[in-house]
Amino acid sequence: MEEKVIICNNLSKKFGDFVAVDKISFDVKKGEIFGFLGANGAGKTTAMRMLCGLSYPTSGEASVAGFNVYRQQQLIKRNIGYMSQKFSLYEDLTVLENIRFYGGVYGVPSQIIKSRSNDLVEKLGLQQEAKKKTGALPLGWKQKLAFSVAIFHQPKIVFLDEPTGGVDPVTRRQFWEMIYEAAASGITIFVTTHYMDEAEYCNRITIMVDGRIEALDTPQQLKAQFGANSIDDVFYQLARGAKRSES
Amino acid sequence: MKQLMVFVRKEFYHVFRDTRTLLIMFGIPIAQILLFGFALTSDVKNAEIIVADHAQDINTKQITDKIEASGYFLVKKANISTRGIETAFRKGGLKCAVIFPSRFGADLLHNGKAQVQIIADGSDPNTAKTLINYLTAILMDYQQQSGTASALPYSIVTETRMLYNENANGSLNFVPGVLALVLMIVCTALTSVAVVREKESGTMEILLVSPFKPVMVLIAKAIPFLAMSIANFTLILLLSVYVLNISIQGSLLLLYIESILFIITCLSLGLLISNTTNSQQTALLISMMGMMMPTLIFTGFMFPLENMPWIFQMVANIIPARWYFLIVKAIMLKGLGFAYVWKETLVLAGMTVLLLTIALKNFKTRLS
Repeated sequence: MEEKVIICNNLSKKFGDFVAVDKISFDVKKGEIFGFLGANGAGKTTAMRMLCGLSYPTSGEASVAGFNVYRQQQLIKRNIGYMSQKFSLYEDLTVLENIRFYGGVYGVPSQIIKSRSNDLVEKLGLQQEAKKKTGALPLGWKQKLAFSVAIFHQPKIVFLDEPTGGVDPVTRRQFWEMIYEAAASGITIFVTTHYMDEAEYCNRITIMVDGRIEALDTPQQLKAQFGANSIDDVFYQLARGAKRSES
Repeated sequence: MKQLMVFVRKEFYHVFRDTRTLLIMFGIPIAQILLFGFALTSDVKNAEIIVADHAQDINTKQITDKIEASGYFLVKKANISTRGIETAFRKGGLKCAVIFPSRFGADLLHNGKAQVQIIADGSDPNTAKTLINYLTAILMDYQQQSGTASALPYSIVTETRMLYNENANGSLNFVPGVLALVLMIVCTALTSVAVVREKESGTMEILLVSPFKPVMVLIAKAIPFLAMSIANFTLILLLSVYVLNISIQGSLLLLYIESILFIITCLSLGLLISNTTNSQQTALLISMMGMMMPTLIFTGFMFPLENMPWIFQMVANIIPARWYFLIVKAIMLKGLGFAYVWKETLVLAGMTVLLLTIALKNFKTRLS
């Protein structure tokens, strides 16, 4: 029996009359790369915010890393990492200062911060840039650094909100190598993306339409199920029926 | 606690690496103090004046000497007509003219009464009034000395004193005003911008997902600005004492305590503004226009509140800087103790608690 790190049961979120997330249910296993797909406005971000302890669900049950999303938000936050589509490090701080700051915020002991940040800089090949401000780094480097910072405190799960937006294909490929590496070390990856080719890299994917989960399986199974050549086709078949979109 | 220290250190990095912030923080107080102290002074010195002496007798010479000796005027002697004087005014530069009629001395001697005409440039009423006051005082003084008034059975000698400000030093009143203004700008504007910047850059989201408590984010943001504002306050005091020669009459400790209270009021206001907006520009605009203008107008250091219609006086009452201004004036200039400012302190403390509560509450509800 594999360990389940995210268990979601009929989770809903309403804003007044508007049902942003409509009774979604799924499980995510430890070390899995779980893709979360959906058009803009489908409810991905709202669902993710509930799982991250940023907002309370209206109804339903969910646990993240073994903690309840209603009562144990603080414990959830301690055990997850988060990276958003925006570059979210401080541009006026150096690479090392950023790493140390986030390490400190997560309560990593300073001795460990020191040794781990040196390792990290070396791994990323940023020795030359370690004392430079992150604002001067190319976007690809920034995103790789942001991901490394998000898993710096060795969380059980890391949530990635469209992490590769605006990044060139080569860097995206390298970025996904980092994701595989993290998954291999036992970190569960929960990732939203717009790139359908990236969806194929995931172990399992869900597709959200109008707040509901319309499909949930491995990429291969989904393609077979919908008789499609690519996830792009699957997504299009499901998403064109959507009633709401953000455009 | 350790996490808080990590955070505060990061905030100091931000402050010290942003030249714009530093410039606002320390440039504004220095500029304001120097401007108000030297450039915008309402004292009149070396005003250009024409003395048209048509009498040329001993009395008029003595009076002219007195005017020259007073130091307020740059006297130009010219025996010109009234029309000539008007042309001189039109050319500009001339502030005032004194005209002695040809029979001045004789009238004084024989009738015990003589006339002198003073013409001032009324397009600048404040300066004109000040100059006329100076000249009248000089004439009165001369009259008493020369004993021409002794013909009267009695005379009333007025002795005026400017209490708490014997030298009529104009800088005295605005230093508390500048203090209020600068602390308001620095604390409110910079704090709100600092918080909103995190929202704009997306780092706020990351912080909210971290185990760091949201309220602690605000506290960590406020601490560096509290420290910088205290430094700023000290800077203004030093400038006032050593550059403007103002002595602090009351307790320095009390002054610091009251100022820290006011700084916290402004910080709360800054945090409150940061809750209502997501862009740095808006935050800056609200704090600059929305806070600076009312502070400038309703504090009472530029325009006397007593002369305003009651509705504006009521508005003034909700401006925190107004109360702080009263407190600083009482302590710094009059040397009064806490017993005299406790009411104002209470009002300010009440405002602070209210603002801080709203700010923190707002910040929390945004999350769920």
